[in-house]
Amino acid sequence: MAAVIAQIPVLDPRDCGGPQQPLLIARDLRKHFPVKGARGKSVQAVDGVSFTVRKGETLGIVGESGCGKTTLARLLLHLVVPDAGELVFDGDAVNAPDGLSVNALRRQVQMVFQDSYSSLNPRMPVRDSVAFGPFIQGKQKPEARELACDILAKVGLDPDLFGARYPHELSGGQKQRVNIARALATGPRMVILDEPVSALDKSVEAQVLNLLRALKRQLNLTYVFISHDLNVVRYISDRVLVMYLGRVVELGPVDAIFKDPRHPYTRALLASRPSMDPERRIEEPPITGDPPNPIDPPPGCRFHTRCPFAEAVCEATDPTLELWQGPESHIASCHMRDPGSGHSQAGNA
Amino acid sequence: MADIVTLDRPLDVFAEQAPPATRVRGYWQSVFYRLRHDPVTLVFGAVVLAIVLAALSAPLIAPFDPYKESIIGRLKPFGWGGHLLGTDELGRDMLSRLLYGGRVSLSMGVVPVLFATLIGGMLGVIGGFAGGRVNTAIMRTMDVFYAFPSVLLAVAIAGAMGGGIGNGMLALTMVFTPPMCRVAETATTQVRSLDYIEAARASGASTAMIIRYHVLGNVLGPVFIYASSLVSVSILLASGLSFLGLGVRPPTPDWGLMLSTLRQSIYVVPLVCAVPGVAIFITSICFNLVSDGLRAAMDVRM
Repeated sequence: MAAVIAQIPVLDPRDCGGPQQPLLIARDLRKHFPVKGARGKSVQAVDGVSFTVRKGETLGIVGESGCGKTTLARLLLHLVVPDAGELVFDGDAVNAPDGLSVNALRRQVQMVFQDSYSSLNPRMPVRDSVAFGPFIQGKQKPEARELACDILAKVGLDPDLFGARYPHELSGGQKQRVNIARALATGPRMVILDEPVSALDKSVEAQVLNLLRALKRQLNLTYVFISHDLNVVRYISDRVLVMYLGRVVELGPVDAIFKDPRHPYTRALLASRPSMDPERRIEEPPITGDPPNPIDPPPGCRFHTRCPFAEAVCEATDPTLELWQGPESHIASCHMRDPGSGHSQAGNA
Repeated sequence: MADIVTLDRPLDVFAEQAPPATRVRGYWQSVFYRLRHDPVTLVFGAVVLAIVLAALSAPLIAPFDPYKESIIGRLKPFGWGGHLLGTDELGRDMLSRLLYGGRVSLSMGVVPVLFATLIGGMLGVIGGFAGGRVNTAIMRTMDVFYAFPSVLLAVAIAGAMGGGIGNGMLALTMVFTPPMCRVAETATTQVRSLDYIEAARASGASTAMIIRYHVLGNVLGPVFIYASSLVSVSILLASGLSFLGLGVRPPTPDWGLMLSTLRQSIYVVPLVCAVPGVAIFITSICFNLVSDGLRAAMDVRM
């Protein structure tokens, strides 16, 4: 009996809406960066992205380089201010008059950056880098430093041995551990991991991924995990969001996405992974060419320029993401999924 | 990927295999450690210290009155009549004038650079960190000063304000501020876009806190180096101003002024004429080497 009780996660005192309320709702987030010298033109980095992150889950975000993954991550922390759209954190609208302030959001959401080298101050001992967050949020220096040592121990670095070192005295994996410690030092409820293992070699990558999973369980965290590596996303995520040119093309539980991809882009993306089994060669047509320029994205479905099933309707109208049908739903933004769209294969796919 | 699922092991399984414990010292401890093992810096640091002390204690150790002239004792070589470094064109004791002149020259060398570093450094960090229009406004204003050669600019400013040590220092400060600002701005711009600034912002730090804890430490190195190289330039420019009657006024001893007035006598007592120049040379080279050593000692990556 005791074991059963122990498995029920302790409710965070900061929890507002109970386990059913999504921790984060992003609604129609949009960020266009103006292009210098070209009046009126802008890079449409993130263009109307909506999704929810449930408490305790890991949401994986995948997509090619330049599809807006990193901008999306920065939008979630208001490091980049969105042009339009809304963020709701545990029931409170972020940066709204009667909602959560950006600073209050940053007490509950933290980020781990991709480049472990440039995300640590080269002139600060790593212990102080980790202690900086708690110090900024009002702890006294000695207290913050003690906390930093605890967290360093949690991520597997002996604080007596590594605390006083500078980043250049650590390996890539060790630096990424410090970065994780830094993100966790302020006691966040949600951590955004922006390609946290992309710069690491495979053996270290596995260690760090396992560490992340263990920490998540131990500290009751929610992850948004951004990566271009499909295997990594499959390993760590509960649900996956696929992005293409600043938009969501498919969203669903990880098994559904990997076993039954519904959007042609997701299928092509999955097919681009090398097959491990020579008997099962990939038969999907490989995706060709580069993604179109986000300054001047194609009209209609943004994927129609590279899609093997593209028809006139794809160029003419934007496909909508199917209706949200609950937490386990698997949705894709494709005319073939919409029987009324006029696409010849609508309904069969 | 399934073979790496090791969820139920305790966390310490994931601990890094720690390499043997190397030195774990505090920041200042390691700075002193590196300084102690750098003989060049130590020797030249001692020379700088000696020069500064000698200049400060000039009234105590100067053998003669630096203003006392002598008609018969003009332009005498080393050692003549107790004048260790000879006498100048008015028969004044060179050693005494050198000691007293050090006070003026060193302050003309250090004070303008100090102020230029403070003002230019501050403007550069603000401009570099703010970016955009603020940066453009600051840097284009600085560029205006670049349009003039530094000597000409110093002469023009000092000329407009009149002579004297104070005005000379002010003119030199204005000359050194733009390059200082540019060095600080470049260093700040490089740091600003790095992820650790973003991470600090993500933890809720204000701009002032970010600048204080994450920017200044990284900007100080290049600024420090540049400032130390300016000290010798400043001494030389100050002497140029004095030569034109815009800085130090005779009979106040100043190395630059001594050098320029003695230059006419170079065929009479060449060694005596070279003395102030040698003093400037030694001082500036010592400043450069010491600052180089200090920077190396303070760099955690060395």
